[in-house]
Amino acid sequence: MKTKTRDLLTKNIVTIVFVILCILGIIASQQPLPFIFKELLTRVGRNTFLVLALIIPVIAGMGLNFGITIGAMAAQIVMIFAISYGATGFGGFMLCMVLSTPIAALFGYLTGVVLNKTIGQEMITSMILGFFANGLYQLLFLFLVGTVLPIGNEMYLIPGGVGVVNTIDLKGNLMYALDDLWSLKVPTVLIIAGAICTALLVWMQMKNKATQTKDQKKASYARIGMGLSLLVVGLVLNFTTNMYRFFDVPMITALFIILIAVFNIAIFKTKMGHDFRTVGQDKHIAHVSGVNVEKRRVLSIVISTVLAAWGQIIFLQNLGTLNTYGSHVQISTFAIAALLIGGASVTKATVGQAVLGVILFHTLFIVSPMAGKNLFGNAQVGEYFRTFIAYGVIGLSLGLHAWKTFAAQQRKDKIDLE
Amino acid sequence: MNNIMLELKEISKLYGENQVLNKVSFSVEKGEILCLLGENGAGKSTLMNILFGMPVIHSTGGYAGEILLDGQVVNINTPEKAMELGIGMVHQEFMLIPGFTVAENIKLNREVTKGNPISQVFGKDYRTLDYKTMNRDAREALDKLEIGIDEYAKVEGLPVGYMQFIEIAREIDKKNIRLLVFDEPTAVLTESEADNLIKAMKHLAAQGIAIIFITHRLDEVTACSQHVVILRDGGLVAAKKTSDTNTVELAELMVGRKIEKLVQNEENRNVEKSETIISMKNFKVGMPGEMVKGIDLDIKRGEIIGIGGLAGQGKIGVANGLMGLFPASGEVTLNGEPLVLNAPMASLKKKLAFVSEDRKGVGLLLDEPIDLNIAITAMQVKDDFLKKVVFFNQIDEAKVKRHAEEMVKLFDIRCTGTEQKTRRLSGGNQQKVCLARAITLEPEVLLVSEPTRGIDIGAKKLVLDTLIELNRKKNMTIIMTSSELAELRSICDRIAIVSEGKLVGVLKPDDSDAKYGLYMSGKTDMPGEVL
Ligand SMILES: Nc1ncnc2c1ncn2[C@@H]1O[C@H](COP(=O)(O)OP(=O)(O)OP(=O)(O)O)[C@@H](O)[C@H]1O
Ligand SMILES: [Mg+2]
Repeated sequence: MKTKTRDLLTKNIVTIVFVILCILGIIASQQPLPFIFKELLTRVGRNTFLVLALIIPVIAGMGLNFGITIGAMAAQIVMIFAISYGATGFGGFMLCMVLSTPIAALFGYLTGVVLNKTIGQEMITSMILGFFANGLYQLLFLFLVGTVLPIGNEMYLIPGGVGVVNTIDLKGNLMYALDDLWSLKVPTVLIIAGAICTALLVWMQMKNKATQTKDQKKASYARIGMGLSLLVVGLVLNFTTNMYRFFDVPMITALFIILIAVFNIAIFKTKMGHDFRTVGQDKHIAHVSGVNVEKRRVLSIVISTVLAAWGQIIFLQNLGTLNTYGSHVQISTFAIAALLIGGASVTKATVGQAVLGVILFHTLFIVSPMAGKNLFGNAQVGEYFRTFIAYGVIGLSLGLHAWKTFAAQQRKDKIDLE
Repeated sequence: MNNIMLELKEISKLYGENQVLNKVSFSVEKGEILCLLGENGAGKSTLMNILFGMPVIHSTGGYAGEILLDGQVVNINTPEKAMELGIGMVHQEFMLIPGFTVAENIKLNREVTKGNPISQVFGKDYRTLDYKTMNRDAREALDKLEIGIDEYAKVEGLPVGYMQFIEIAREIDKKNIRLLVFDEPTAVLTESEADNLIKAMKHLAAQGIAIIFITHRLDEVTACSQHVVILRDGGLVAAKKTSDTNTVELAELMVGRKIEKLVQNEENRNVEKSETIISMKNFKVGMPGEMVKGIDLDIKRGEIIGIGGLAGQGKIGVANGLMGLFPASGEVTLNGEPLVLNAPMASLKKKLAFVSEDRKGVGLLLDEPIDLNIAITAMQVKDDFLKKVVFFNQIDEAKVKRHAEEMVKLFDIRCTGTEQKTRRLSGGNQQKVCLARAITLEPEVLLVSEPTRGIDIGAKKLVLDTLIELNRKKNMTIIMTSSELAELRSICDRIAIVSEGKLVGVLKPDDSDAKYGLYMSGKTDMPGEVL
């Protein structure tokens, strides 16, 4: 039992440290909880999709896909042109989603092909490919647009007529195109979510009753309890006076995220997803059993890149400004850091870890400037701190991964004494 | 004869400059079991890899010659193609994914799927896996082999004997199979398991499936095959009807010279009175599938003690536990001092050395040369093979090489030179490198598990002779775990039989077969004799 607790601790050490950091940060920032919650709500809606785009390549054994930057570029290319030709509202949003898909798929395909040539070095290669693609992207928007390529509206060109302006305001065209379609207040959402979860869990419990072990039963009841408490919290919030009653949840955005989360889970129950797992576990054995390893690896990157493109569109419609030369640059770093903070590693990642990671990472983002100001009299310290965290956590987990692979070669992993 | 299914014509293969196969031709009939024999490194696995279209063949320049299936020339350039043609293979090294369940491994890339609305639109890649049917099929295949592994269990940590059966179950489960290749499947099995396997093979052959069976155990050849093909140094030396030959002739054809009989430990030394070197009290090891559930045993200085028993009963666990590779508990003393458990480095420092039964896991650095592999543990544990250059320890390469050359000679390791990467060695020769590495430590106690597994009869004698010599000349205590009773009885002073994780008793090599049989099944005739 004791070793079990210790194991649990060591395995989840990163997540635990961040939970503690978040709590301390919240206290130090002296911000009211509802404010933090509201900010967090926005940021979770904005970023979760991008983080979910990372999962499939991890399972397929290709590590953390720094190449999602390239998907984001595909999204931005489409968005800039679409906006200049007058795309607005949900229609415009869907147009961007549809048009970015083949482009992102093509980019993903090319990335995948290169990664197949550099087996074992996928992560660094995808990172370098991101830089390289960024060069081409700048070439496109700084020199080709306005000279070779037409753009729908001169207003988006740098004065002089060559190159696209630095920032594009999305207000009035794509901003909140998705978020504003339909939203509900927080308590209502909690009540609905709680009710659905509870019903679903109870139904599953009824179905599996016969084949359950004792532990499974316990876990199942615990989950039902959690569903119920969601419901209760929702009801309480609904019938008392509090700030949360006034916060909106963008339902369609949430639905998109849920859909993609379900996709990420369901895919591993299909033949294709199972192949991803096989390839991820052992390329050689997969090959010998007749799995087309190269094709599967490319496919996993294609899916990831397309999801990243969609994620970037969702991200930008919420943010409201598109920074032509900057919006895509750091998304891979931040998405990857969030995933790792949630407890994922280079070889293992789940939807739950992605969501938890986004929550923790962005809580830290929200509170660190104020915490920095209160503690050191300087908000900038907090800013540095969060950048440091993002890169630090990535560096740490890559280092750990390298060390683990090395150690695993040296000796077999120990197996727990029952 | 129109009964011929497979014909190999003048197959040759070069690995770089090294002619591994030289114009090998033979044919296999429908529904027969054909044994392929040859020394370690003779080219058996290479030939079968060609037949199965393995990537290693095609990434090293392919092969020459023709393969005919049902009289048609076929070009097998990928394993997929081989599978399409109905060829299955149980590889010498395991092709299992540790993180998957037994059933998932058996159904690897042949998963049973069922349709769903999405797959109707997007195609069969999106069909969902039907775990129920997969598990049921897996169970069926395992039952055919009469092996009681749980199909839900993860493969990770299962004993090697089980892994072999999972691989075989995978081949049996393939419905279109016409030709099956077994590359040394029995090397990791106990005698009774091997009997089981041979029964299953005969059953398959009776259904018209042709089987090519590679083994180093000659009695198995006569027990099951119709034809024997013998390779030596990449060339075909004989293809015979099994009924026209006998094990002695086969052995001679394989090695190309007369074989002396296996060593016999005739002295019948009485070791009971020697001082105790290792003492185990209530020793438990949590090795999945080979649990040791509390053993009391004293090992005497200078003896060769054997540990025998059926697979899955815990005999493998003892040495693994002593070496700290699996979690262990209990009281163990070495030379009167307590031995720190669960710490491999501590065990190594106390002059214990181990040759694992698991060639792959604790085995070799496959991308490093032979000489470094032999020296590496000694370097880490004893700072051997190092020289000081200014302030830094540098590898003494000349010494490493010299020592490796000695070992290559001692164990007759077939290689192109000591700088060859161990990945490029044949299975049996890799095993010899493991042995060489362990004795390089000059341990006080040498633990060897399945030391002759996968080693040909000529080299087997070398290995056993070497063990005896180390024991007699250097007074090295040897703990040898083996599934081959005959081998244990030929060199051990005492043999401890383990059943259900407990010690049943300690026997003498000259005790009767009946007594051994009784002990192996966990019973003793005289209860008072239990130690
Ligand atoms: N990948 C490789 N690259 C270079 N040489 C190789 C490679 N694989 C095997 N060899 C060489 O080919 C020869 C034949 O090896 P093979 O594995 O076919 O032997 P084997 O008959 O199966 O022996 P064993 O009984 O030990 O398994 C050996 O001398 C080996 O060194
Ligand atoms: Mg071989």
